[in-house]
Formats: sequence, structure tokens, C-alpha cells
Amino acid sequence: MSTHRRKAALHWIGVHSLGVAAALFFVLPFVFLFLTSLMGDRQALTRDLWPHTWEWGNYAKVWHTPGFLTWWRNTLLYAGLGTLLTVVSSLPVAYALAKFRFRGRRLSLLLVIAMMMLPPQVVVIPMYLFWAKQLDLSGTLWPLIIPMAFGDAFSIFLLRQFLLTIPDEYLDAARVDGCGEVRTLLRVVLPMAKPGLAAVALFQFFAAWNDYFGPQIYASDNPAAWTLSYGLESFKGAHHTNWNLTMAATVLVMAPVIVLFFFAQKAFVEGVTLTGVKG
Amino acid sequence: MTSTHTTSGASGGARALRAKHRRSALRTAAFLSPWLIGFAVFFAYPLLSTVYFSFTKYDGFRPPVFNGLDNWSYVFTDYPLFWPAMRNTLWLVVVMVSCRVVFGLGVGLLITKIKTGAGIFRTLFYLPYLAPPVAATLAFVFLLNPGTGPVNVILDAVGLPTPGWFTDAGWSKPALTALAVWGVGDLMVIFMAALLDVPREQYEAAELDGAGAWARFRHITLPNISPIILFAVVTGVIQAMQYYTQPLVAGKVASGVIGGSGQQFEPGYPDKSTLTLPQVVYNVGFQRFDYGAACVVALVLFALSMAFTALLMRRRGGLIGAGE
Repeated sequence: MSTHRRKAALHWIGVHSLGVAAALFFVLPFVFLFLTSLMGDRQALTRDLWPHTWEWGNYAKVWHTPGFLTWWRNTLLYAGLGTLLTVVSSLPVAYALAKFRFRGRRLSLLLVIAMMMLPPQVVVIPMYLFWAKQLDLSGTLWPLIIPMAFGDAFSIFLLRQFLLTIPDEYLDAARVDGCGEVRTLLRVVLPMAKPGLAAVALFQFFAAWNDYFGPQIYASDNPAAWTLSYGLESFKGAHHTNWNLTMAATVLVMAPVIVLFFFAQKAFVEGVTLTGVKG
Repeated sequence: MTSTHTTSGASGGARALRAKHRRSALRTAAFLSPWLIGFAVFFAYPLLSTVYFSFTKYDGFRPPVFNGLDNWSYVFTDYPLFWPAMRNTLWLVVVMVSCRVVFGLGVGLLITKIKTGAGIFRTLFYLPYLAPPVAATLAFVFLLNPGTGPVNVILDAVGLPTPGWFTDAGWSKPALTALAVWGVGDLMVIFMAALLDVPREQYEAAELDGAGAWARFRHITLPNISPIILFAVVTGVIQAMQYYTQPLVAGKVASGVIGGSGQQFEPGYPDKSTLTLPQVVYNVGFQRFDYGAACVVALVLFALSMAFTALLMRRRGGLIGAGE
């Protein structure tokens, strides 16, 4: 074997060993939590890492815990409806910011970014007082869903980044053919923007799925309005000696996210890239 | 009006142009309207209210009463949770952000070098980023459980010390950092895209000049991806300042608090070590019902976030790009 080929082989081995080591770091937490979720009640309290008996029934127990299904329904409502409203309201805004020339365009964009970076805690007190005291909507998820009908800063920003990559010639051609802006948006831009819309929808869905602060503020005193993210932590409380059940519940909350990722991997990775690289 | 019919061609043209401008301004406003309303109702109005409340004594029941700078001096001098939260934030900004950036870049580099099974490796590295924060935190509190958690079982088996992690004030922030580093998949993807954009010819030229791997990294890779590093650092700093769910859930679960509504627990368990500014806003506002003081903390958070956002908006390495 030539020295060149030997060097290449060593390089391959070195890189892939590092890769395996990194993969262990990323994957082992999932493995341990899955293994624990299948242990019996007593074994979960010991130092054992491998289940003696495989208690698949733990998942049924978690599923039938009072409240768990309600949290699912609430989470799907918040994430599903919130995502739909966000996409519908953010697309025209992103389109205008990407493709219209108007005075104040740069300022608008700066304000979108400022809004995107605003921690929710900064405005939470007036917002809470507004929704809870004036509209009497505390104990529900509506204070979290309704604002989604008015455009979401992150979604607008991400969509705008995506729409910038659509050449103006397509739009001009449509306009020459007599399309108004609404028709151009719906007939020309919308079909081309599907990957961008998919990325935005996924991010928005996961943001709602993962949201803890929002439900804590508005829904904490009404368990019937809790979401999975908010309820999960209290599950640990109610079953504080049962790590196996808590881990089974954790797996059940993680699973949809991971399944969805496998179906929409490309859109997801593209979205992450758009936020950071293609300025 | 008859004048429209009798004006000369030139001024009719100007009029038509003005009408066209008006139409296009209206059209722009119509497209922007969801966001214009959203901005006014969910950003501008509550932000101004926050400023106003910060100068009042307000518990949400009785009407707000102007009290000057009382809340401000209370938060900065007397409120026992504010400065610990600021110190923790500084710690997280320095240690957590640098760990995430260095590790994210390392994994990004590694993934560009992997030839066999790159897709599988990338997916495995990325998955933790997707784990919902509450679920990931619960999993880590379990994994790092001092007595029986798998991490300490393994550390014990190989003869290493077994820290108390989330139950030890000296180890709780490193434990949070481990959790944050585990979810580094987003940075990996961003760095990977940037690394693949570095022109090949530069590496080839350097290799001809006899530059080693480190020299190539130092003089070609780093300068080419420095805008992305800046992006990662600044967004990381903003995230660290807003860090909420993970430290809160870690503190609550590790302290054995039964979760749920209206639970009082020691914020920042253990010994305020996991306390962050957003938690202080929640504690002052929604547990002590001192909305005025909570608004002061919220404004401090706002000032810090906007200062770093301003850095992000610079043209080079900024979010807006050179085309604007």
C-alpha cells in the first residue's frame, strides 16, 4: 500500500471513530431514557441500566393517565391552528417585504427582526392583563392562538429570506400577463414557495408544541387547558417516584416531533440554514 | 370634478402617477396589514405599557399608582433574586455560548469530513435539537440523577468522581450547559452549510504551498466562516439571556417539587444557581404580584436583548445581508 493510500485510510478511520464517539454522545441519552421507560416500577429506582423485564404496559399506563389525552388535544389545537394562522397571515407580509419597493421597507424589516428577538417576558405583564382582565380569556389557550393571526415575526423573516431567492422575472411575467398582486402571490409565488412555507410551518408547529412559558402564563390554573409541554413536568411531580412512567411520558412527547422530522427532514434543515447563512 | 377632463397632458400624467403611487402604497399597506396590526397590538402597545407600569405601584387589582423610581431602586438594590440572575446570565453567556459554538463548529467540521454514512451521522447529531425542551430537561435530570442516574453509574464504574449535577449549586450550570451542547444540531447545520461554501481552490492553493491542516483551518476556514461564527455567538447570547424553560424545569424537578398550578418553590434551585432573568420577571410579577417591579426586570431584559440584536443587524455578518 502506498503511503498516500495508507494516510487516506488512517484519516478515514480517525474521522469515523470521532463520528461514532459524537454519535454516542447524541444518542445515548435517548437510549437510556427509552430503556428506563420499559423498566418495572421498582427497578427504575435502582442503578440498573438494562430492564429485567420489558414493561411495555408502561406506555398504556401513561396514555390512560387522567388528563394526558386532554393535553394531546390542547397541544394539537394550539400547534395546528396556530401554525395555520401564522402561515396564512405571514405570507403576504413576507411577500411585500421581499418583493415590493416602498418607503420604510428597511425600517419595517428592522422592526420585524427586533420583534423576533423580543423575549416574550418583556411584554408579558401588559399582555396578561389585556387577555385575562379585559377579555377574560385566562384558563384557555386563545391568548396564544389569536395573535398568530397577525403574522409571526420569525415566520415573516424566514419566508422573506426564502422569497428573495425567487427571481423577479417570474413575477414580472405574471404582471405583464395582467395578474394582480394577489393573483401573482397565489398563482406564481405560492407554488414556488412551498419548501419555505413547509419550513415555516414546521418551526411554528414545534414552537407551539414546545412552548412552556405561554401555557404557564395563561393556562396554569386550569389543568383542562394544559398542553403536553406544560403537563409533562407536573407528570413527574404526580409520579415522582416513578422514573419509568415519567420517561415513558417523555418518549411519548418526543416521538411525534421525531416522526415528523423524518417525513420533513429537508424542509427542516433548509429552514435552519436560511436563518443563519443566506443573508 | 370637471377639471380632471380639462387638465393638460403633463399635469394629467402627474396626477395619474400620483394615483398610481397611492394605489401602490395602499396595496403595500394591505399586504403588510396583518403585521402592522400585530406590531401595534402585541409589541408597541405592551412595550409602552411595560415602561409606564415600571414607574407605578401596581398589583393588577388596584389601579396603578405613580411611584417614580421606587421599583427601579428596589430591583437593583433590595430584590434578592435580581443580581444572582444577572450573574447566572453572565456565566451562561460566557461558558454555555462558547461551548455551544466550539462544539457546533467541531461537529460541523466533522460531518463535512465523514465519507461513509454521512446522512445517518447527520441525522443522529441533529435529533437532540428537536427534543422538546421540557422533555429534554426531564431526561437530563434523570440521566444526571446523582444517586442512580446512568451518567453517574458509568462515571462511578470507571472510577471518576460523581457530581451532584442539578442538585449541587456548583454543578447545576455545567449540567445545563451539557443539555445545551447536546442540542447543538441547529448550529451544526448552519456551520456545515457555511463550511461547504468555502471555495475549494483556496484549500488547493494552500496545500500546494505546503500548509498543514491547522494552517488551512486558521488561515482559510476561519476567515471564510467568521460571519457565521459571529451570527452563532450573537444569537447564542440572545438565547442565553432569554433562557427560561430548561433552568426552570430543571430546578423544579430536581428539587422534587410537585408540579402544577400555583406551586411555590424555591426559584433557581439549588441556591439560586439556575435562576435567569425571565424567571425573575415571572417570580416578581406572577407570584409576588408586584407588576411594577416585574416590568423593571422586563425592561432590563429588553435593553440587553436589543443591544445584542443591534449587533446582529450590522451589515457584515448581519441578518439583513449586503443587498439591502
